[in-house]
Amino acid sequence: MSQYVLRRLLIAIPSLLGISLVLFVVLALAPGDPFSELATNPNVPPEVALALRAKFGLDDPIYLRYLHWLNAMLHGDWGFSFVSRMNVDTLILQRLPTTLYVIGSAQILALLIAIPVGVYAATKPYSLFDQVANTLAFVGFSLPTFFTGILFILIFSVTLDWLPFVYTTDIKGTGIHWLAETIRQAIMPVAVLGLFQAASMTRFVRSAMLDVIRLDYVTTARAKGIGQRRVIIKHVMRNAMIPVVTLIALQIPAVFGGAIVTEQIFRIPGIGSLLISSILSNDTPVVMAVTFVFACLVVLFNLIADVLYGWLDPRISLR
Amino acid sequence: MLDKELRSMIGDVKDGRMDRRGFIQRLAAVGLTAPLANQILALGGVAMAEGASTYKPTKRGGGGALKLLWWQGPTLLNPHFATGTKDQDGARLFYEPLACWDPDGNMKLVLAAEIPSIQNGGLAADGKSVTWKLKPGVKWHDGTPFTADDVVFNWEYAKDPATSALTIATLRDITVEKVDDLTVRVLFNKPTPFWADAFVGAPNTIIPKHLFKDYMGSKSREAPTNLSPVGTGPYKFVEFKPGDLVRGVINPDYHMANRPYFDSIEMKGGGDAVSAARAVIQTGEYDFGWNIQVEDDVLLRLEKGGKGKTVYAVGGDTEFIALNFTDPNTEVDGERSSMKTKHPLFSDPAVRKALSLLIDRESVKKAIYGRAGRTTANFLNGPEKFVSKNTTWEFSIEKASKILDDAGWKPGADGIREKDGKKLKLLYQTAINGPRQKTQAIVKQACQKAGIDVELKSVVASVFFSSDVGNPDTYSKFYADMEMFQIPLSQPDPSQHMRRYLSNLVATKENKWQGTNFPRWVNKEYDATILAADGEMDPVKRAAFYIKANDLMYQDIVFIPVQHRLKVEAAANNLRPVVSGWANETDNLFDWYREE
Repeated sequence: MSQYVLRRLLIAIPSLLGISLVLFVVLALAPGDPFSELATNPNVPPEVALALRAKFGLDDPIYLRYLHWLNAMLHGDWGFSFVSRMNVDTLILQRLPTTLYVIGSAQILALLIAIPVGVYAATKPYSLFDQVANTLAFVGFSLPTFFTGILFILIFSVTLDWLPFVYTTDIKGTGIHWLAETIRQAIMPVAVLGLFQAASMTRFVRSAMLDVIRLDYVTTARAKGIGQRRVIIKHVMRNAMIPVVTLIALQIPAVFGGAIVTEQIFRIPGIGSLLISSILSNDTPVVMAVTFVFACLVVLFNLIADVLYGWLDPRISLR
Repeated sequence: MLDKELRSMIGDVKDGRMDRRGFIQRLAAVGLTAPLANQILALGGVAMAEGASTYKPTKRGGGGALKLLWWQGPTLLNPHFATGTKDQDGARLFYEPLACWDPDGNMKLVLAAEIPSIQNGGLAADGKSVTWKLKPGVKWHDGTPFTADDVVFNWEYAKDPATSALTIATLRDITVEKVDDLTVRVLFNKPTPFWADAFVGAPNTIIPKHLFKDYMGSKSREAPTNLSPVGTGPYKFVEFKPGDLVRGVINPDYHMANRPYFDSIEMKGGGDAVSAARAVIQTGEYDFGWNIQVEDDVLLRLEKGGKGKTVYAVGGDTEFIALNFTDPNTEVDGERSSMKTKHPLFSDPAVRKALSLLIDRESVKKAIYGRAGRTTANFLNGPEKFVSKNTTWEFSIEKASKILDDAGWKPGADGIREKDGKKLKLLYQTAINGPRQKTQAIVKQACQKAGIDVELKSVVASVFFSSDVGNPDTYSKFYADMEMFQIPLSQPDPSQHMRRYLSNLVATKENKWQGTNFPRWVNKEYDATILAADGEMDPVKRAAFYIKANDLMYQDIVFIPVQHRLKVEAAANNLRPVVSGWANETDNLFDWYREE
């Protein structure tokens, strides 16, 4: 087992190098620079912007820039943002808690909805409950988050005036009041993201359950006179959850990566909004760091999913 | 003639025969009003009046929290590194300049004790120096006194290229010297009629020497105070998250009486302009929304029964269509739009003239800009004193067609006009931005009716405005026949703005397209006029030069002005913001209050 993990980790190195190279080259080839705002400012002559480009190394050949970046990264130096002249790691760490809170809550909400609904729907396929759940799930994952987000804002903020639609990290008050406000402002983004995730996950859980529920050993268990509840929870769910666990493990990097659209709509200062604003302003060091960390997490959680798989299902052996 | 009359009027004001207001009204009557009328008086020997204040509260604080919404939040708080106005706006909450501009373009004192004038010895008669007296008793937020050393330090800090300050442009050609602890002198290397650039306005705020002196040059990025400013402003720094949040609390020792009104301030970033308008006007979650570039229809709808309203500020920003004087489709020595070529169609003045008749400015205003736009025939739309009254504009497809007919451009089989085998087909580019694409559509339609085929192209703003030499789509390469955007006028003076179009500043491959004259227009008379204006200390003659420069552009049809654009902000109904078209939104923040 440990040998397997070690081997996988070693294989990860070249693939991460490859990923970083591709990311870097694509970003370097992308047009524009971080100083476009200066162009129309008559107070700043163009040669000032040009001098800054040179100073930040934007005029060096791509391979040199890549080697510089790689070397710095290996020494733990993530570089600094061209736009805010701040260290990239500080910038990311500043935004990580918010993303973890909002996106993490949304994932938990999705699981809390998807597992019970999916399981119950699978025990009674084609019943009224199943039909309704299926239809809602279909509607849910057909509606993009930018649409549901704006819809929620119109209903709950503008019309009903119940919830704020600008997420703020600076809530006044302490104790219970602070907690209440923190939860209140997260309701809409968490609901928008959670329901979207729940919709597709419900269908996944349901089909995983249906696969298992037809197997002979389930019939055997029932024949032995074990109650429906126990059969479903102890015998069916346990096996049906194996692919679901993998799916969840692979979703976790997304929790760190943030949700670009939802974060933008609700002004959540998370990783997703950092990424999109950095891309728009051609802030290469930040884009590079966020995407590369994301790539590392994907590789890592793939490995974790594989290991988990082997642990959950002893028939699968890892060599 | 005007010159003589003005001179005698200035004499009247000096001797007390005419009051200031009377003088300014007279100037208005001859078309020379507002912002720089005061500078006329200053140079004519009468001290410039400080802008009047509308501030009512009679005690400091007690106004609760002020919540600002900037849909692009500040990403850094050192004014010397500010790449855009959003960063200057954020830094301005804590740092202050010597003086700033009020909504009428008048100077307002901040850290300076008096406005330099010839009487008080502040202005040198030859225009080569200005002496600023500083307010005594001003303290930085950490208690250290603010002195002339701080002002001199800012100049030394920014002019060092290793610091990578963007304010280097303003500060590198001047010399700043300390006269005494509360007096600094700015020396120019040539007569400078517009002396209020360095240390004036939000882009030129002053940082403390004692906290930055160890971080000059290449170490500039390491200063901890880059992210946690210690200024002299009405609010003290609390917290900063780049692109997301800036927070401050009242400075109880602020140097202006009864100010500030608010106990704390918060500037939230992120999102988009429409939802920012909604959060201020419709739901009232925020008190003030910055730069609400939203269609007027939408704003009018939001304002119905809303909790806020829109606020406009007139400046000198002109949205224009520039015509290319070189050929974008012929490559000479590896360079398109080369100075060795002439534009095949625009070299016929009739085509340029016809085109200027085909821009329906009134429809653009009605359908797109609404209350945030004014139609204009001029490239230079402010300050008032510099605006030409000699120009007119018109929209007429018939006249345009007639001009083209007369010039020999006859419609071909496909309805597109042609002459000598050259078809009237134009490529019209701009940055991606809703109003711009709609304007493009309006122009295209009118051109089509007149037999001109217009192809539209839109480029992402970060590419269009970039200084990337390798990219063919930048505005300065101008690989199109016409292009539309605006260059903001960031101070109440046109000198930098108009200098861009000198013949020797043409953007070429040789200067890596860093030349500012992107239409590649060459006019000897224009060059002479601008150079004369640059050294002219007589404000009336100087204004006349800029009016002439504008009229030369108008005659040659270098630019077709589309709209004189106003600043649009959103504010809560009870908020009394002071916003100037000549300054950043937060420049007059010390005068903001809430009506109870």
